[in-house]
Amino acid sequence: MLTIETLQENGHDILFLKGEVDASNSVILDEAITKLVTAGSSSILVDGTGLEYISSAGLGVFMSYLEDFQEKEIDLKIYSLSDRVFEVFKILGLDQLMQIYPDKKTALLA
Amino acid sequence: MKHQMRISCQTTALSELRVFLKKTLGELRISDIDQHQITLAVEEVCANLIIHSHNCNAQDYIELNVKQNPGKLIFEITDEGKAFNMLDYEVPDLNKVKGEKRKGGLGIILVKKIMDEIEFESSKGTNTCRLIKWFQS
Repeated sequence: MLTIETLQENGHDILFLKGEVDASNSVILDEAITKLVTAGSSSILVDGTGLEYISSAGLGVFMSYLEDFQEKEIDLKIYSLSDRVFEVFKILGLDQLMQIYPDKKTALLA
Repeated sequence: MKHQMRISCQTTALSELRVFLKKTLGELRISDIDQHQITLAVEEVCANLIIHSHNCNAQDYIELNVKQNPGKLIFEITDEGKAFNMLDYEVPDLNKVKGEKRKGGLGIILVKKIMDEIEFESSKGTNTCRLIKWFQS
C-alpha cells in the first residue's frame, strides 16, 4: 500500500511517501513526479519519513528521471529515509548518484 | 525449519509475499536490516517471474520454499514459465541505466549483491532458482 501526498512550500514541491513501493504501485510514484514536472516544478523534495519499503521498481522510477533533471536543472532531493531503506539505496550506489539527506533542514540548506 | 508459499502471478501478491517473509524471517536471529534485504532479494526474483515469465497471469503460480540449513538460509523459487537464468544476465553499469533512462535492470543487481549464492536449473519445464544467504547461527 502506497499513498503520496504533495505539498507546495516556498517554491519547493514536497512528496510525502507513505507505505511500500513495489512493482504493483511504482506507477503511482512515477505519475506523481511526472505531474510535478509537467506543472513546471524546479525543486522536488521527497520526504521518506513514512516510506517503509522500496523495491527496484520504485528505485527505477527515480533513476529514470536523473538524466532529464540534470539537463533541465530540476532539483530532486530525498530526505528522512529510515536506515533500512537508505541501505537499499546504498547497495545500488544510488547514494552517489542522488541527493539524499538525513532530514528536511539539511536538504534545504544543501 | 521449512516454510512454503504459493504465489499467484500478479504484482499485488508481492505484499502477501512480504508478510510471509516477515513472519518466516522473524523467527530467526537475523538483524532487521538483513531481514529487509533478504525480503527485497526474494521479492525481486518473484516480481521478475510474475512480470516477465508469466505476463502477470493470475492463474499461474510460483512456489517459494524456505529452508534453513546450518549456517545458511535457502530460498527455492520454482515456476513453470519462460526460463530466465539471471546468472547469464550481465549486470548493467548504473550510469548506463541512468543514461538510458530506463526503469528496469536494478532488481537483479540487488539480488546479486544481497545474496551469497545463486543457483538456477531448468528441467522438463520446471525452473528452479535458489537464493542462498549465509549467516552465523
